[in-house]
Amino acid sequence: MTRGIDILVVESDPTRARAVADALSADGGCRVVILADVSSLARRIAEMNPDVVLIDMENPSRDVIEDLSLAAGPKDRAVALFAPGGDTALMRAAIEAGVSAYVAEGVRPEVLRPVIDLAIAQFGQMQRLRTELEATRRALEERKLIDRAKGILMRARGLSEDEAYALLRKTAMDQKKRLAEVAAALVTAAGLLG
Amino acid sequence: MSGLAIRAAYVPLVDAAPLIVARELGFAADEGLALDLAQARSWASLRDLLAAGAVDAAHMLAPMAVARAMGLGPALPPVEVLMILSQGGQAVGAAEALAQRVAGLTEPAPLARAIRAAGPARLRVGVPFPFSTHVLLMTRWLGNDIDIRTVPPPLMAQALEAGEIDLFCVGEPWGSVAERQGVGRILLPGRAIWASAAEKVLAVRSGWAESAPDTARALMRAVWRAGRWLDLPANRSMAAEILARPEFLSLPPEVIDRALTGGIGGAGRFVTFHEGAATFPWKSLGGLIAALLARRHGLPEGPAVTAGSAVFRTDLYRLHLREAGADLPGASQKIEGTLSHPTAVASERGTMILGPDRFFDGWIFDPLDG
Repeated sequence: MTRGIDILVVESDPTRARAVADALSADGGCRVVILADVSSLARRIAEMNPDVVLIDMENPSRDVIEDLSLAAGPKDRAVALFAPGGDTALMRAAIEAGVSAYVAEGVRPEVLRPVIDLAIAQFGQMQRLRTELEATRRALEERKLIDRAKGILMRARGLSEDEAYALLRKTAMDQKKRLAEVAAALVTAAGLLG
Repeated sequence: MSGLAIRAAYVPLVDAAPLIVARELGFAADEGLALDLAQARSWASLRDLLAAGAVDAAHMLAPMAVARAMGLGPALPPVEVLMILSQGGQAVGAAEALAQRVAGLTEPAPLARAIRAAGPARLRVGVPFPFSTHVLLMTRWLGNDIDIRTVPPPLMAQALEAGEIDLFCVGEPWGSVAERQGVGRILLPGRAIWASAAEKVLAVRSGWAESAPDTARALMRAVWRAGRWLDLPANRSMAAEILARPEFLSLPPEVIDRALTGGIGGAGRFVTFHEGAATFPWKSLGGLIAALLARRHGLPEGPAVTAGSAVFRTDLYRLHLREAGADLPGASQKIEGTLSHPTAVASERGTMILGPDRFFDGWIFDPLDG
């Protein structure tokens, strides 16, 4: 059990933010504050003075926190990038999970490490869910596109569904393209020709 | 020379063009290099990707590499500069109300005086990162008693609209975006303050280029050729089209075109990728950036200049680009800030013409004074 680390989670997606906050406060025993709006981020962080700031790797406002970490003097900073001493293995794990963390100077490593590990695990899980969701969505869209292309071929050339599909697949193989790309081109062309 | 592969990180800006063009127009493929590009949304993320080995090369702000060499910022593995990717490309501007009060002035010195007179006592200046050419330009131009604030470029227009900053210095297309939204106006190109303002560099982790010499050579040659292609005026509209694509900057091509085809800052090019020996990583350039950073952060100048010069790898540039056809200067450093006009200098092929490198106030950096 860690005792009362204050964590600020900068995250605009409420579901994601809540999941991370719940995990950190339940398993990590931390006090967690969520910040969704990044305007005046530097001032908000200064006011809250958290021990740790967690922020999505993809968030452009990361650079604002960098600024803050220099404010106290570049070599005597109040907030340091985590992985002090350049622990690149830990950094890589964080990058893969899509999270960046800033840690106030003086937070003891043994208190900090479980929190960071938990954050990485939680963000990583969210990242995987997001990727899977995106893949599913794309597959569904491609499926629809291929069905439309099949329909166009069946009408225009009097083919059966199987024949239309075979023709699409052969064209894709001949052109070294993905089936969905060929289908998209056909649907666009058919749209242009009316 | 086939079967080489590298992953390089960039931040979606107009001056990421050399890496994007190297990939998209086949300059990398011609060198037998599979160039994979990773987009970073912040300079901190780009730095971390490089430090952690998630990428092996990066489109980096020149002062970031120098700052690391000086021990500024987080303690991460050091980086080196293989070549300069771009000169200029910074848009210096003001919030709409302030811009209106100084309208008509186009010379940096009178403009600075007018801004001082018209603006608040302590000017708030938005820049993309604490270690950036933008900071060096703005402090050179307005002095050190300004309030420098980091604002992510895509949020610069919003910060202007919210009245959080009076001035900005940002890479294109974000100055133009602010203008289009009617919240700010571009007053000067960065080059009006420093004619040869080194902006982005091709950075790698220290020692990487020696550990993968063939990949380093292929990457440098591809990027150098992409820069040469980019500086042919006829190619710039096509470059804008490529950069505009959803997977890169994802913005309307006309917004990007303005930076590339001379719509900003009057005479002279807004951004250069090749001409005037723009890509040569002069050791004196590393030293100059270090000297300015040292002043800003209150560090002794001598050791900073030594450290900053050392990470600009003129030796690797000579080694890997000589055969590609790059002309090479006789010296690896020069007195910075003395040239007002394009000037021929001694070089291996006898064809080297340096672009102007003057500061608006005539400041000169002599690397041997340090």
